[in-house]
Amino acid sequence: MDWGSILNNTLAGMLTPTILAFALAALGLAMHFGFAGLLNFGIAGFMAVGAYGYAISVLTFGLPWWAGMIMGVAASVVFALIMGIPTLRLRGDYLAIVTIAAAEILRLLFLTTAFEPVTGSADGLFGYNNTGGFAEANPFPVGDYGWGPWTYNEQTLWMLTFGLIVLAVATLLLWALMRSPWGRVVKGIREDEDAVRALGKNVFAYKMQALIIGGVFGALGGIVLATSTNVSPGVYVTSLTFFLWTALLLGGAATIFGPVLGSIIFWVLQAFLTNVLPALAESGILPVSGIQAATLRYVLVGIGLMLIVIYRPQGIFGDKREMTFVK
Amino acid sequence: MSSNSEHQKSTGLHIGTAAPGVQKVNPILVIDHVKKSFGGLTAVDVQHLEIPSGAITALIGPNGAGKTTLFNLLTGFDTPDTGAWSFKGKELAGVPSFKVAQMGQVRTFQLTKALSLLTVLENMKLGAKNQTGEKLLNSLFPFLWRKQDNELEAKAMELLKRFKLDAKKDDFAASLSGGQRKLLEMARALMTDPVLVMLDEPMAGVNPALTQSLLEHVLNLKKEGMTVLFVEHDMHMVRHIADWVVVMAEGKVVAEGPPDSVMKEQAVIDAYLGAHQDTDLGVVTGRIKVISEEGK
Repeated sequence: MDWGSILNNTLAGMLTPTILAFALAALGLAMHFGFAGLLNFGIAGFMAVGAYGYAISVLTFGLPWWAGMIMGVAASVVFALIMGIPTLRLRGDYLAIVTIAAAEILRLLFLTTAFEPVTGSADGLFGYNNTGGFAEANPFPVGDYGWGPWTYNEQTLWMLTFGLIVLAVATLLLWALMRSPWGRVVKGIREDEDAVRALGKNVFAYKMQALIIGGVFGALGGIVLATSTNVSPGVYVTSLTFFLWTALLLGGAATIFGPVLGSIIFWVLQAFLTNVLPALAESGILPVSGIQAATLRYVLVGIGLMLIVIYRPQGIFGDKREMTFVK
Repeated sequence: MSSNSEHQKSTGLHIGTAAPGVQKVNPILVIDHVKKSFGGLTAVDVQHLEIPSGAITALIGPNGAGKTTLFNLLTGFDTPDTGAWSFKGKELAGVPSFKVAQMGQVRTFQLTKALSLLTVLENMKLGAKNQTGEKLLNSLFPFLWRKQDNELEAKAMELLKRFKLDAKKDDFAASLSGGQRKLLEMARALMTDPVLVMLDEPMAGVNPALTQSLLEHVLNLKKEGMTVLFVEHDMHMVRHIADWVVVMAEGKVVAEGPPDSVMKEQAVIDAYLGAHQDTDLGVVTGRIKVISEEGK
């Protein structure tokens, strides 16, 4: 077994555009579930709206990259409104069912061949980063940057810089919101919306605002992901939603940095398992084939999620007294 | 106890003879033909009812009489099938619950609703109305709301001291006892500067010593000019602090009047109090001898 390359790949996995996209979407989930108590199982749908909104605006409507990204965010606001108006009056568990259905409907609409000229159907969309000028806007000259496992060419460095800036702004925004009286009302709604209503607060409006803000974070995650890979309907599947939930619960649902650090831990673990499990299988320690070993990591993710929810429901960074699942 | 004995009952609240639907001198809530059915069951069917302003009114009646449902209807938490009701002369039919609360009619719940994972102080500050920082865009700029927030904190601490919860201010509400949560809910309701306070069984599950202090708090509300409407099964409390009593049974108002006279009405005794209301439970069940005879 080549421990050197396993370690190198694992360390390289600590900072990728995918992690930044995950952290953004997990931040959106923290807003939804951790702070407002909205059980959103359709976060992958919000990411898809952001990514497709950006790509379609550039490829079909010829907008520049920054306008396309704004369109992606605007589309997620519309998606949140359409989903929120009928469903935010529902109790938490019903909202979960509706959101998961909405995200699936959206994915199937992107997948169907009926809209192939616009959505690219199963092939998805690509080339928008060049067409829209995102790649051209790169301020870094050609070359290699960084050292060791963290060596990047100028393109990856630009994606990472862009993603980090968006993530930093979103984290700052969430922090500023949650320390304010607005955040107090939202947390109150999470605890008991009737009590908050009895105190004269417009609960529906607050829930809608929380749904939109979290949805925008999710869309930004989709956009950051779209800067580094193609936009494809196969990415925005329900399992993506559950990976995001794992990252969120790992870090701590009702925390600011929990979702970010949870995403990093989740992906570093993924990178480690992706490298170590096939290696173990090849050297005969695991009695399975290499391909089987690679899928084994999903089994481990599932077990991990169960263990977190049972033994540390507040997450790694959550307040010990604050048990999100125990009411 | 001193303020208890000083406390004066309000009298002369009604016009004419005290009977169901009697007109009040200065009503704050006027209810007309409010009806609510759940399937075949008529939970509430109130023809006419006026709640006197500036007084403490008790709403009593057997379990299932529709008291809490009436509360829910009046505060917009439930909508009646038919009927109209007004608060301070303003029609309330179709007004959502949060607007009712904004108008100064605030309620508490039978099953206490403390916001468990917020601290006691946060619970209190949440109660205040018209907070600049509760608007989404303002919330991002602390200089817009910091001053108001500090003022609210001072007000909340004053109320918490009065309710003897000030030492708990940084604890999660979840860590409070049942009685303390009742106190917190009442204190939080007062943060809204209400005109009418509606308490749904404020004494349920509260120990006798705490009952004393809760009674004082309710009496203080009246002293400060608020109107109180409460549901309660504790007849001692009703007799002691209520200025007016409304009795409900099977959704209807069957009697109303000052506590002393209304509790002597045969209909009230039959429907609710029972014939042995002043006798020890042991005497009723025949397990102990009648104490008064023993004493003689």
